[in-house]
Amino acid sequence: MPQAEPAVAIRHLVKSYRRGNQVVPVLSDITLDIAGGEFVALMGPSGSGKSTLLNLIAGIDCPDSGELRVCGTDIMTLDEAGLADWRARNVGFIFQFYNLMPVLTAFENVELPLLLTALPARERRERVGVALAMVGLADRMEHYPSELSGGQQQRVAIARAIITDPSILVADEPTGDLDRASAEDILGLMERMNRDLGKTIIMVTHDPHAAQRARLLKHLDKGVLID
Amino acid sequence: MHLLKLILRNALRHRLRTLLTVLGLLVAILSFGLLQTVVDAWYSGANNAAPDRLVTRSAVSLMVPLPVHYRDKIRALDGVRGVAKANWFAGVYQEPKNFFPQFAIDAVPYLAMYPEYRIAENQMRDFLRDRKGAVVGRKLADTYGFRIGDTVPLKGTVFSGNWDFVVRAIYEGATPRTDTSQFFFHWDYLNESVRARAPQRADQVGVFVVQVADISRAAEVSRAIDAQFANSAVETLTETEQAFQIGFVKQTEAIVIAIRIVSFVVIFIILAVMANTMAMTARERMAEYATLKALGFGPGFLGGLIYGESLAIAAAGALLGIALTFPVADWFAGRMGTLFPVFEVSGSTVQLQIACAAVVGIAAAVLPASRAARVRIVEGLRAA
Ligand SMILES: Nc1ncnc2c1ncn2[C@@H]1O[C@H](COP(=O)(O)OP(=O)(O)OP(=O)(O)O)[C@@H](O)[C@H]1O
Ligand SMILES: [Mg+2]
Repeated sequence: MPQAEPAVAIRHLVKSYRRGNQVVPVLSDITLDIAGGEFVALMGPSGSGKSTLLNLIAGIDCPDSGELRVCGTDIMTLDEAGLADWRARNVGFIFQFYNLMPVLTAFENVELPLLLTALPARERRERVGVALAMVGLADRMEHYPSELSGGQQQRVAIARAIITDPSILVADEPTGDLDRASAEDILGLMERMNRDLGKTIIMVTHDPHAAQRARLLKHLDKGVLID
Repeated sequence: MHLLKLILRNALRHRLRTLLTVLGLLVAILSFGLLQTVVDAWYSGANNAAPDRLVTRSAVSLMVPLPVHYRDKIRALDGVRGVAKANWFAGVYQEPKNFFPQFAIDAVPYLAMYPEYRIAENQMRDFLRDRKGAVVGRKLADTYGFRIGDTVPLKGTVFSGNWDFVVRAIYEGATPRTDTSQFFFHWDYLNESVRARAPQRADQVGVFVVQVADISRAAEVSRAIDAQFANSAVETLTETEQAFQIGFVKQTEAIVIAIRIVSFVVIFIILAVMANTMAMTARERMAEYATLKALGFGPGFLGGLIYGESLAIAAAGALLGIALTFPVADWFAGRMGTLFPVFEVSGSTVQLQIACAAVVGIAAAVLPASRAARVRIVEGLRAA
């Protein structure tokens, strides 16, 4: 039976950091496939390398060695500009602290990634309207991040993450800074993005509740995957 | 469009910080403009010099006078259109601090060589008719309230005694940059009075102002004049009016250089302040820059944000500073009376102000922009 190429294909991935002349190994020999449309939760103790792995998959950090194909592209061969371009088209980011531009309104924050496309203003406006409606913030478009609750800000961030219609969403502790109810809210939204829009989601979390919402669980410990 | 919106909103994020920076720039650009204007004022004599005017003086020193009969010999030389005597009078009006230049001149040939001094025909006629008559510049007249018919008493220093002159004419400058702070009277009146008081000092001339027929032959005519009097009792040194004026200013060049240095030091200080502000701003926003990079924005966009903000702040400060330079310079000029004959903000001063602001705006952004362009995304995101 012919298999579709996985969304993420990782082979013998190694990553270490240099602190002075000391080399700190972080990830050692990671091999992992994530199928398209999967919702993966990445768990593990603090310092185990979860964020590092996520950042490598998202193309904002570079591995030392191994193979790394994401969305059909060998991203290790891309230069900085090529990677930036690739990220803009393929990856949506959801951060623990939302990382919205404080001087832009909810609408403008969601519109931001579209400025890198050739989309005309009218079409951008429509798309942003749809995305904000999808996360339940149609009535908050003109609000600045400081005028929104944490949960609402994270919803704006989710709208921003899906606005260019990327196939992968990466989320590093997306509920880490939220109360129970808001966290549930965000997780529900992510489930919908996965189920209804078919986004592949890779989520780093400490929270077992959150991990339960994923369809696949992966554990990292001291830079090694243990299932 | 979007970049501009982001730049402006970023600039207004820390209102107080931006306001203080703009204020600092305003003061720096204003001070710079005023200091440059002082330097300009210093050189106004040289800048107002006409290329067809030469000044002949003693080769030894300005203090050594020339015999009056030199006039006819100069007049007879080929290429000379006119010659006029002029003596520095150095009288005191009421108090020594009321300084303004006074010259005893051959009225007709002298004023003919200075078409930039505009005198009404009837006033000119009255001046020529009155042995004790005087012509005063508009700025001088306004400063001391001199009016036609007023008697102006001057206390002699070089030429002792008390001297009374009657204002018969007021000259206007052809341009705002024309020196209208001078006081002219008849050389013959001076000479006759000197002959009566101290005959051995009569018939002596401070300098001859010579007008050449053809500007391109000015150097040749200068040499011919000096050759004429080589090996005579008093040898001459003839140079263009501009060279003469610069020579005059040269005596105080150290002050001019000091003023110039101070004006650029002021700019350098505000550059340091501005660079510090921009560095602080960029450091605070590193996580935002990293986020923008993660979303796919390149170093060009980040550079645009940082350079744009720095230039916007510099432009605001420069605009206000330049706008204020004019009224403040006017006020200054009014306070200083005739000390600086011309105190006008020149076009080149404004251009220099703009250039300084641009340099400050750009230089302050260089480091933060390159740091933002180079920051690794994962490092920048940690800064959140
Ligand atoms: N830029 C860096 N320089 C040096 N060491 C680093 C750097 N980034 C991460 N590390 C180290 O790599 C290891 C893994 O870090 P990582 O952030 O991936 O852990 P994590 O599993 O996400 O932890 P947490 O749950 O606390 O977020 C840690 O020991 C960390 O100190
Ligand atoms: Mg982490």
